[in-house]
Amino acid sequence: MNHDNYDDNYIRGILNGVKSIAMVGASPVNVRPSYFAFKYLAQRGYDMIPVNPGHVGKNLLDKPFVASLADIGRPVDMIDIFRNSTHIMPVVEEALRLDPLPKVIWMQLGARDDAAAAKAEAAGIKVVMNRCPKIEYGRLSSEISWMGVNSRTLSSKRAPMPTQGMRLSLNRTSLGGGETAASDRAAKNKADPT
Amino acid sequence: MNDRLPGFSTLAVHAGAQPDPTTGARATPIYQTTSFVFNDADHAASLFGLQAFGNIYTRIGNPTQAVLEERIAALEGGTAALAVASGHAAQVVVLQQLLMPGDEFIAARKLYGGSINQFTHAFKSFGWNVVWADPDDVASFERAVTPRTRAIFIESIANPAGSITDIEAIAAVARKAGVPLIVDNTLATPYLIRPIDHGADIVVHSLTKFLGGHGNSLGGVIVDAGTFDWSKDNKYPMLSEPRPEYHGIKIQETFGNFAFAIACRVLGLRDLGPAISPFNAFMILTGIETLPLRMAKHCENARAVAEYLAGHPAVAAVNYSGLAGNPYNNLARKYAPKGAGAVFTFSLKGGYEAGVNLVSNLKLFSHLANVGDTRSLVIHPASTTHSQLDDAAKVKSGAAPDVVRLSIGIEDKEDLIADLEQALGA
Ligand SMILES: Cc1ncc(COP(=O)(O)O)c(C=O)c1O
Repeated sequence: MNHDNYDDNYIRGILNGVKSIAMVGASPVNVRPSYFAFKYLAQRGYDMIPVNPGHVGKNLLDKPFVASLADIGRPVDMIDIFRNSTHIMPVVEEALRLDPLPKVIWMQLGARDDAAAAKAEAAGIKVVMNRCPKIEYGRLSSEISWMGVNSRTLSSKRAPMPTQGMRLSLNRTSLGGGETAASDRAAKNKADPT
Repeated sequence: MNDRLPGFSTLAVHAGAQPDPTTGARATPIYQTTSFVFNDADHAASLFGLQAFGNIYTRIGNPTQAVLEERIAALEGGTAALAVASGHAAQVVVLQQLLMPGDEFIAARKLYGGSINQFTHAFKSFGWNVVWADPDDVASFERAVTPRTRAIFIESIANPAGSITDIEAIAAVARKAGVPLIVDNTLATPYLIRPIDHGADIVVHSLTKFLGGHGNSLGGVIVDAGTFDWSKDNKYPMLSEPRPEYHGIKIQETFGNFAFAIACRVLGLRDLGPAISPFNAFMILTGIETLPLRMAKHCENARAVAEYLAGHPAVAAVNYSGLAGNPYNNLARKYAPKGAGAVFTFSLKGGYEAGVNLVSNLKLFSHLANVGDTRSLVIHPASTTHSQLDDAAKVKSGAAPDVVRLSIGIEDKEDLIADLEQALGA
């Protein structure tokens, strides 16, 4: 699996398929990216579960925090990890002890651990790294176009009404899979010593 | 849902646009409104806190403008774009995100005269110090780098002389210096050159020129390539540090590879205020639908006129990089294989006087200070667009006193040549 860029159909399949998402590292502080993403995904109809041992006893948008994945006590489709790259492996190992296993492990923008990804994939789990599910959902639905962002999709069908609390269609025509040429180049340049 | 990449012409017509959600209108409506109602207090707070996607107030964004932005981002191969009131506004907004008072940026000496003025005078009063370098001598950019350098600025095809810049060579200097490369792609448009493919981190345009293309609307745009890591060191606090105006949000951490475009919108446009009008956004969007057709015709006509002038006994020199033997011809073949653009200069054996006479004798060419119109245009830069420069700077920027600039339109080329013929013989 190439984790430098993803085919839109891969991301689309994941976001269309999962219903429940446990967010590890979810923050109740309303300026943190995890709070933004949690709120947005909840509004778009996902069953969200905040996981953060530091906030047990509190709620995030009416959902009670749990301390660990094991404490969720019911099957979850996707684990969204809001931690630095150095903290990914223990979360993946914890996820691999769940029964049933989650279908997807997603690591946030900036987070990448190839060894952890390989472990999860060996167990049949789909992995996404260094992406934000809120941005990908907004992009594939074209809702993000309000911000001048290149959704890299086209459609000649009537646009959805941009109301709250609604699932949006992610099935627009994609302009080629994966990232833009520019982002691919950026990824390559990261390894370039100059 | 097949993932195939549509061609440039398909993107020029479709990218960013979709039938209107309420009426089904197929053309993008002109949302001529200042403001947008919120669903409820929570929705309002989410929008103001940058937590939700949506519209608030037309100084920050507007649905007509958003279609224009996504279309240009798609054509340039960027992650996002921000449209503003003019090309000059785009330049201010970009540099405001990158420079603090006392910082420097390196700019190519061959630039639109208005940009030279803006950098030399207006930006100096903000404490942003321009350091000039020679686009024909890449080493001059390397020598200009200091610890205060925050960006490098070049034009892909330089106004007025139509010379071609070696974008990849200067991008390598920028990468080594750890600063973004900004390319003004106004004269090329993404149809001829896509600077992001050659290493640009930020692309700016005056939409007023070929993109709008009809000489009827001012506009500018900033395209984020999504390639630069703003948090690598402490050089770009607008992007890497908590923003007090948004309760401590860090822009790059939150918005990833389109953080620069968001910073330009929510820190630049919101506070400086140069919003594009929805009507201008609509006019420019309509212009872009025919960009590929127009650019092909502009370039075909420009080549024919340049060849005609090169063979005329009254002409001393023609500076069109599309002609064999032009010093920029190799760069033109590499960067702009579809055509070398439609703005170029030439000089007359009769010098300044002959140039002034030619301009007044032309009947089809319009004498005015613009480029990139459907109509063919002519100007004498030394006495107009570049008049604020001293003689040495005029020569360096390609606007020597005997030089006449043409912007070739999409009329029949035979008529353009006939007009030049009668004016040169008069
Ligand atoms: C190359 C270039 N950049 C920028 C500008 C400034 O654009 P505007 O007039 O839209 O502010 C111009 C205008 O002539 C131009 O030719």
